Amino acid sequence: MTVMAPLSTYDKAWRGFTDGAWSAQVDVRDFIQKNVIPYTGDESFLTGATARTKKVWEKLAPLLKEEREKGVLDVSTDKPAAITAHGPGYIDKELEIIVGLQTDAPLKRAIMPNGGLRMIEAGLEAYGFALDPPVAEIWTKYRKSHNQGVFDVYTPEILAARKSGLVTGLPDAYGRGRIIGDYRRIALYGVDFLRKDKLREFHELDGSVFDEPTLRLREELSEQFRALDELKQMAQSYGFDISAPAQTAQEAVQWVYFGYLAAVKEQNGAAMSMGRVSSFLDIYIQRDLREGLLTESQAQEMIDDLVIKLRIVRFLRTPDYDQLFSGDPTWVTESIGGMGLDGRPLVTKSSFRFLHTLTTLGPAPEPNLTVLWSSDLPRAFKDYCAKVSIETSAIQYENDDLMRPEWGDDYGIACCVSAMRIGKQMQFFGARVNLAKALLYAINGGVDENSGERVAHGFTPITGEILRFDEVHEKYDLLLDWLAKTYVTALNCIHYMHDKYAYERIEMALHDRDVLRTMACGIAGLSVATDSLSAIKHATVRVVRNDKGLAVDYAIEGDYPAYGNNDDRADSIAVELVSRFMDKVKAQPCFYRNALPTQSVLTITSNVVYGKKTGNTPDGRRGGMPFAPGANPMNGRDVKGFVAAGASVAKIPYACALDGISWTASATPDTLGPTAPERQRNLANCLDGFVKAGGFHVNVNVFNRETLMDAIAHPELYPQLTVRVSGYAVNFTKLTREQQMDVVNRTFHQSL
Amino acid sequence: MTNTLGYLHSVESGAAADGPGVRFVYFMQGCLFRCLYCHNPDTWKIHAGRAVTLDEALTELRPYAGFLKIAGGVTVSGGEPLLQAPFVGDLLTHIKKELGLSTALDTQGFLHTSVPDSWFDPVDLVLLDIKHADPEAYLKLTGKPLQPTLDFAQRLARLNKPFWLRYVLVPGVTDGEADILRLADFVASLGKVVERVDILPFHQLGAFKWKELNLPYTLENTPPPTLDSIAHTSALFASRGLPIV
Repeated sequence: MTVMAPLSTYDKAWRGFTDGAWSAQVDVRDFIQKNVIPYTGDESFLTGATARTKKVWEKLAPLLKEEREKGVLDVSTDKPAAITAHGPGYIDKELEIIVGLQTDAPLKRAIMPNGGLRMIEAGLEAYGFALDPPVAEIWTKYRKSHNQGVFDVYTPEILAARKSGLVTGLPDAYGRGRIIGDYRRIALYGVDFLRKDKLREFHELDGSVFDEPTLRLREELSEQFRALDELKQMAQSYGFDISAPAQTAQEAVQWVYFGYLAAVKEQNGAAMSMGRVSSFLDIYIQRDLREGLLTESQAQEMIDDLVIKLRIVRFLRTPDYDQLFSGDPTWVTESIGGMGLDGRPLVTKSSFRFLHTLTTLGPAPEPNLTVLWSSDLPRAFKDYCAKVSIETSAIQYENDDLMRPEWGDDYGIACCVSAMRIGKQMQFFGARVNLAKALLYAINGGVDENSGERVAHGFTPITGEILRFDEVHEKYDLLLDWLAKTYVTALNCIHYMHDKYAYERIEMALHDRDVLRTMACGIAGLSVATDSLSAIKHATVRVVRNDKGLAVDYAIEGDYPAYGNNDDRADSIAVELVSRFMDKVKAQPCFYRNALPTQSVLTITSNVVYGKKTGNTPDGRRGGMPFAPGANPMNGRDVKGFVAAGASVAKIPYACALDGISWTASATPDTLGPTAPERQRNLANCLDGFVKAGGFHVNVNVFNRETLMDAIAHPELYPQLTVRVSGYAVNFTKLTREQQMDVVNRTFHQSL
Repeated sequence: MTNTLGYLHSVESGAAADGPGVRFVYFMQGCLFRCLYCHNPDTWKIHAGRAVTLDEALTELRPYAGFLKIAGGVTVSGGEPLLQAPFVGDLLTHIKKELGLSTALDTQGFLHTSVPDSWFDPVDLVLLDIKHADPEAYLKLTGKPLQPTLDFAQRLARLNKPFWLRYVLVPGVTDGEADILRLADFVASLGKVVERVDILPFHQLGAFKWKELNLPYTLENTPPPTLDSIAHTSALFASRGLPIV
């Protein structure tokens, strides 16, 4: 049983805070609302990196270099991951202000076999490591993994659709991620308070009918107690007692980080996001500054140190996986800014401090700094964001004015674009289906255009020479019905097994017991499918078939309006496709744990791999060529400039894609204006214009062609060159050559 | 509305290098000049453009009006917009009257005598290209005489119409110090209508278009100006008290 900390502990930890509902029950939002100090000034208060910070960061440089060369620096092969699997690890024990590593050494990766042993074996083998025999034996003979569970129940059609690339990126061999623990709770309440609250939630169920959902929930809650106990032990190993709430800003940052660290010690989720901690931590920082316990420089140091830790989060993955997701992403997304429901900005000085790490430590793709943009944000903050974007390309923007009415003012972004109320909501990550390939299946009656194998059963091909829009539309509709069914079935398999074999104990311990679950479906290839349908409708598309009668190419006569030019003839097709597929998903009879179905239009950089797996398409795209990322217009077809392209993207209704709609806009600095202040103001105005038009998300890349071409030639000179691609930022030098050229070409197409 | 058709090369919905802020740009088709460094030779022949009615041209702009009001405005460029003065005049009048947007006209001014003073009423700002200060060099570079453009600059001063001087800096062609100073002296003499001098560094991004059009391109081996040369040119303009960016 837990022991309540003496009252004075809370008096001391909560000194100077305005109390409220949060003082009696877990309610971080209420705490923020009662105590946050919005900041409307500019960045002039910020201080640079201290000698200490630089020293810690420089200490990592040779390790990062070695990691770049080898792919993986080191792996802890004999200790299956758990919160307490490893003893304490440091970069430099004397210098670090915020401590804690995933294993006992920086950049040494852990193995997490609960997700799947195969991924680990392949990952180890690819980088020259061997799996420890006892670990192999345990996860072969005695302990089943998530991956095994899923493949025990998959249908032959799911397997075929997965193999052909019609459905891709499914989290069936590793952690699903996209769950954000409310790590702030640890700082505000301490672990004992949270554990006691979980116990209350557990005993509330004592009198329930013990049906399967109740039994599952009780078992999960017990797992959560255990995880909280292990979290305390892990912090203890670093010399901290986190059973009680944080007393100072430094403790608050440390407590929050310990929570996050426990999560990344145990789960290799596709995206392990941080949440929305900056303005929460700001309350502690402002109190310490007021009390004279802290200087601005020390405050920045703490944030810098936290960010250094977030930059070196690593998971062991396979080269295939890295190719799909481009590089080695972890999506440690931190959501910054946004407005309160009461109209006050949630921008604080710490919003600036977090963005300022891109300057103190230099640009980096992680943590994935995400500004929740509202046209009502303070002008000075908007200008600062634009300035940092232009200098680093390492910020993504999401429309707070769209999300706030849906999710309130304490949501965070998981991964790239998935909004969820922190501690109250989670999602079942569902990757995505390839809509462009599905269109080819509609034409070929369910047969794959590359392999010639039948993937979808019960369909007949189109046999005419010229594609008729009505016929294609009808066949596509039926194919999409089948696809939605197959896809949702796969997701139900995956998430049932993930809960069973790789349950996120610590992350869910930092949630309310009864959370909203979304089933986050997704689509890729939107612009290719849209333009193909537009070509079929507005031009003449002739089918070229091979000797087996399979449609393998298309000859287009005449012009067609392409998506991305703010032309409703094409854009309405995209809107209709998104809403149609959402309807088909919603029409499915069962979603695991009554999850609410949503979808995203988000392909990250996997647009390259999807393109590779998809044959010639009726829009004129050649087989194997990359798709456009996310909801972007097809590369080079948006001929009216980025405002028109953004207007097209903004037409896709958020209501039909509540898991997010991603747009990547790239520009050379010159194209944003002739001088730095003009560039800054122009970019801020464009962001305002985009969100006012209803645009959901935009990555802003600002660079020049020469920089990129030089970086291709001399990657060693650009270890920090960050490029924003759909949904997140990536180290340019970690992209494959093809992806690099894709970035260059889609960025700098010739124009007037 | 006029029934005159306009010939458009293309439109750009978000240009930040063609006047203040972010602007919608109409690139009009057709130009009488044959500048050696032209990066849009595909705009020379007027009937190669897309014919649009005034309403069609405005329809392309309308969706962005709210945004452009905050972010910048509209620029009519080309080609040479004065070559289609009746259409462009109507277009500018409607942009002003109907949408209330800031307007800019990007021109070399050669044809300015074809329009009355009132034609410029709906123009808030002129982006005036003066391509060389030496009449002979100007003729050689553009195929047309310099004087009409100088007259136009003086007319703008008389009309009290603000303008930005745009000067394309081409190594070996327009980077002579004496020529630059001569131009700077002339422009400085026009007084406060000169709001800004934009130096546009020559680039090779238009070279491929010459090739596509089977036109002889003489600047194949001309490099873009160095940063030093750009800075020096700025200093020369600044030395005559001109506002340099």
